[in-house]
Amino acid sequence: MKENKIVLSMKNISKEYSGNPVLKNVSIDVRAGEIHALMGENGAGKSTLMNILFGMPAIHATGGFQGTIEIEGEPVVIDTPTKAMQYGIGMVHQELMLIPGFTVAENIKIGREIGKSNFLSEILGKSMETLDTAAMNRDARNALDSVGMTSLREDTLVEGMAIGYKQFIEIAREIDKSNMRVLVFDEPTAVLTEDEARQMLDALQKIVDLGIAVIFISHRLDEVLEVSSQVSVLRDGTLVTSVPASTLTPNSLAELMVGRGMSSEVRSASGPRPDFSKAPVAVRFHDFWVDMPGERVKGIDLEVKEGEILGIGGLAGQGKLGISNGVMGMYPSRGCVEVFGQELQLSREGDALRHGVAFVSEDRRGVGLLIEDSIENNIVFSAMQVKKMFLSKKLLFTQQDRHAIREHGKKMIDLLDIRCTSGAQAVGRLSGGNQQKVLFVSEPTRGIDIGAKELVLDYLHKINREEGVTIIFTSSELLELRSICDRIAIIAGGKINSILKPTVSDAAFGLAMSGIKPEGGEEE
Amino acid sequence: MDKNAFGKKCLSFLQRNAVVLIFAVVALFAMIASIQPATYFAGEITTRIARNAFLVLSLIIPVLAGMGLNFGIVVGAMAAQIAVFFGVHWNWTGLSGFFLTALLATPIAMLFGYLVGRLFNRIKGMEMIGGLVLGYCADGLYQLLFLVIFGTVIKIDDSRVMMTDGATGAINTIDLTPNIGSSLDTTPLLSVIEVAFYAFLVFQLAAILYRLMKKRPISWARHGVQVAIAVVVYALTYIPYVEDLLRQERLLLLVLTEFLCLFVLLAQAVRCILALLRKQPVPWKSALGYVIADAIVYGLTYIPAVYDVLVSTRVPMFTYLVIAALFVFNNVFSKTRLGHNIRAVGQSREIAFVSGINVDRTRIIAMIFSTIFAAWGQLINLQNLGTLSTYYAHTSIGTFAIAALLVGGASVHKANSKQAILGVILFHSLYVAAPAAGRELFGNAVVGEYFRTFVSYGIIAVALAMHAGNRLRELRASQNENLRAGPAGGGKPRAALSAVSRGFSVPGRCREGKKLKTSGEGPGL
Repeated sequence: MKENKIVLSMKNISKEYSGNPVLKNVSIDVRAGEIHALMGENGAGKSTLMNILFGMPAIHATGGFQGTIEIEGEPVVIDTPTKAMQYGIGMVHQELMLIPGFTVAENIKIGREIGKSNFLSEILGKSMETLDTAAMNRDARNALDSVGMTSLREDTLVEGMAIGYKQFIEIAREIDKSNMRVLVFDEPTAVLTEDEARQMLDALQKIVDLGIAVIFISHRLDEVLEVSSQVSVLRDGTLVTSVPASTLTPNSLAELMVGRGMSSEVRSASGPRPDFSKAPVAVRFHDFWVDMPGERVKGIDLEVKEGEILGIGGLAGQGKLGISNGVMGMYPSRGCVEVFGQELQLSREGDALRHGVAFVSEDRRGVGLLIEDSIENNIVFSAMQVKKMFLSKKLLFTQQDRHAIREHGKKMIDLLDIRCTSGAQAVGRLSGGNQQKVLFVSEPTRGIDIGAKELVLDYLHKINREEGVTIIFTSSELLELRSICDRIAIIAGGKINSILKPTVSDAAFGLAMSGIKPEGGEEE
Repeated sequence: MDKNAFGKKCLSFLQRNAVVLIFAVVALFAMIASIQPATYFAGEITTRIARNAFLVLSLIIPVLAGMGLNFGIVVGAMAAQIAVFFGVHWNWTGLSGFFLTALLATPIAMLFGYLVGRLFNRIKGMEMIGGLVLGYCADGLYQLLFLVIFGTVIKIDDSRVMMTDGATGAINTIDLTPNIGSSLDTTPLLSVIEVAFYAFLVFQLAAILYRLMKKRPISWARHGVQVAIAVVVYALTYIPYVEDLLRQERLLLLVLTEFLCLFVLLAQAVRCILALLRKQPVPWKSALGYVIADAIVYGLTYIPAVYDVLVSTRVPMFTYLVIAALFVFNNVFSKTRLGHNIRAVGQSREIAFVSGINVDRTRIIAMIFSTIFAAWGQLINLQNLGTLSTYYAHTSIGTFAIAALLVGGASVHKANSKQAILGVILFHSLYVAAPAAGRELFGNAVVGEYFRTFVSYGIIAVALAMHAGNRLRELRASQNENLRAGPAGGGKPRAALSAVSRGFSVPGRCREGKKLKTSGEGPGL
């Protein structure tokens, strides 16, 4: 590995946004044929660094950057994405850059279409060439095969494909570029299922075998350590370290990133686990069905006791997300849900809210937040609408109580360490009065970094233990569920497979998720 | 289950084509109510297609480029009118006059198109409202040009186009009959073929010379075959019967229908033979379908009522040929590199940009194309009308063309040339029938007149609303389809969809949900 030559070297990169330094003297070297992991919390400067590398206009519209970029030892100026492409830098974006109305092949060859010349194009230039679909399909086929997508047809439309496929099409597009030197993967596995993620990591290996350098950004520590050979860690805009992956463990890497140890195991151990067997029932599901596309719930019966944290886990697509969405009326549902003995009218929007049930959606952009409103207003929005808090009556008109909102917003921002648009924001909303009795939280830590994750989990734990809020916590991360839940219901095939204690073995959870009832370890 | 699937298919067909179907029904109703003979409609509609289709087709490229329905074609029409004004002043006449006018209009339209493109690049996402307002703004400048600048700054002393007796500005109505009026409509195909033949020979020669000069390889065989085909086609025109037909300025619809039937038959035969030769699977089934449809159409010509229509309607051949050329161009163009880039930009500017496509430039090119075509379209329109209403000819061009396109089933995001042609036919059917229907039903033709004005604006609003509804439905359907196909994808609703669906009340969503339930696989709820 060591003898591989350095293809990309970013030297002493500094960047500030309106006087606010976001990168301070960062230098990294990337070698051909290595997977170079770039780690850091949200806001550590990873994206900015990659945007600089890719010549994104956002960088140059805000005053450019200091430092130099060298490709194979030659200093280069990259001020547009086109330039970056010419130097062989490619990017697999987190938000997928595919055109739905084009075929797979057209997407793979976009910007680099193969043309057949005709007389018109000889005079008027290449723009009048007709496209050689056959040749384009052939190239696309090769690229797809080389990342292991042999079953995907190159002449189908991208529209409506599963997200996993789209990601592979993106990769195939980058591979297909003949001069590809450095390929950046921005959180490629964040949106994938376990199987797809595994396939993705295999594809990464195939790519580096072609002699391409890969810069790999991910929040999943274990997978980073598994595949990468070099790890660079950014924290608050500075390069903390750049070491071979073999010298790190998940714990030490997390420490480097956050600057503090992980406390997930500690939390579940703190304090005795209360006994809920005598506690009254807070939420009762009876034969509950939800028609949420891709996450169908097919009849569950479940009792959640007052004051407990119930985890809902399971693989993607098995229906775990459907439960909370159904209760909140986001999708049509059937069956009976009682909250403290009162039946919810599921078809009435907001009925659950009126019964003291709150919801943090997994789709924060679409459902969870008023993206264009201020953080403060987002935090108090539900409380204002449903509980009529933070309002004052002046001159007959109900008005927002600006002062109270500001105070509360400030408190929550401090408490949850909200940095601009982190996912913690959605949880902040819950605090709008702390009057809910039941809280549904769906994937609250998706796409946020470890530091913020800890804060969110701590906060959930706190409002549960100190204020007695019953929490139904849906997550795809088992570790997270096990760290704060009292019981964990595993959903498979739209039904509850089993309800497990957080302390049972990994194997039991594994079996339950795959739809097999594990022996023992079950509650009740 | 099978029956159910068929019903669903029908329903979805009705939903997708609701705009077209509703409009067809209304137009048909108006035609029946007007108690006019079918021959009247056939003649009128044939004329109006010739007049309007080119303009409607000029709207296609901006839709592909994601710029919506281009209300800016009004500006293209103005370019044409400026050229016509000078054409009359300089006494350009006949077909050559028409082409000179088109030649003059082109650079003006190019400039206008460039400016409109620049403007639209600054107001991305608001091109339609921007184009509409731009039309009004440009109208003011246009009046300034024709009322004030002509005559004072630019001295024009010509009573055919300028006011006399101390009044300033261009006259209200310029008679085009002595100049380019009907020049395109009355050109027999024979002259077109003759000119085209010699032009083709010159072109071939130029191509060979050009390639020799640039030292590029020359495929002599290809040139030879092309020239041979041209010679054969040209020789065919010396057959007395063919020559006689081609000499006619406006071909009888009956003859045209017969030739089209023959052409379809030949085309299918060629298709099958080619497939046989290339050892590909022969498309017997679809070929048979075409032949049967062909036979039915031919059979219909023997029904007296249809026959009457066919023998009383004459088609201006050259104009239709020009329209067909733009039709073909729109289709071929989208398969060129530039056309492909335009489509990419239309679907996502961001992705196109990251892929190295110069988005702003591509959009400007799309606007230039559209504006030039609009100018030519307005020229065709004016030569057919025979008069230029100096201050009003362009005013309703945009709305009418857009209404026609929408009636054909196009939307802001999707449009093709077929929809444009269908739209022109439907729109003008109603347009022709409405006044007569008004007279018959209400005893007053003015009611019909009001009705069609109301209709042309109403269509735009209704069609846009219906397409928005369809889009929402499609989005839901496609999402359902995806998720039914496999459990991949995390199952979170697409942000776009949830944003749309939040605009609807809960009962609506539940009804929707129930529909999904009965159709979905697995245990319905």
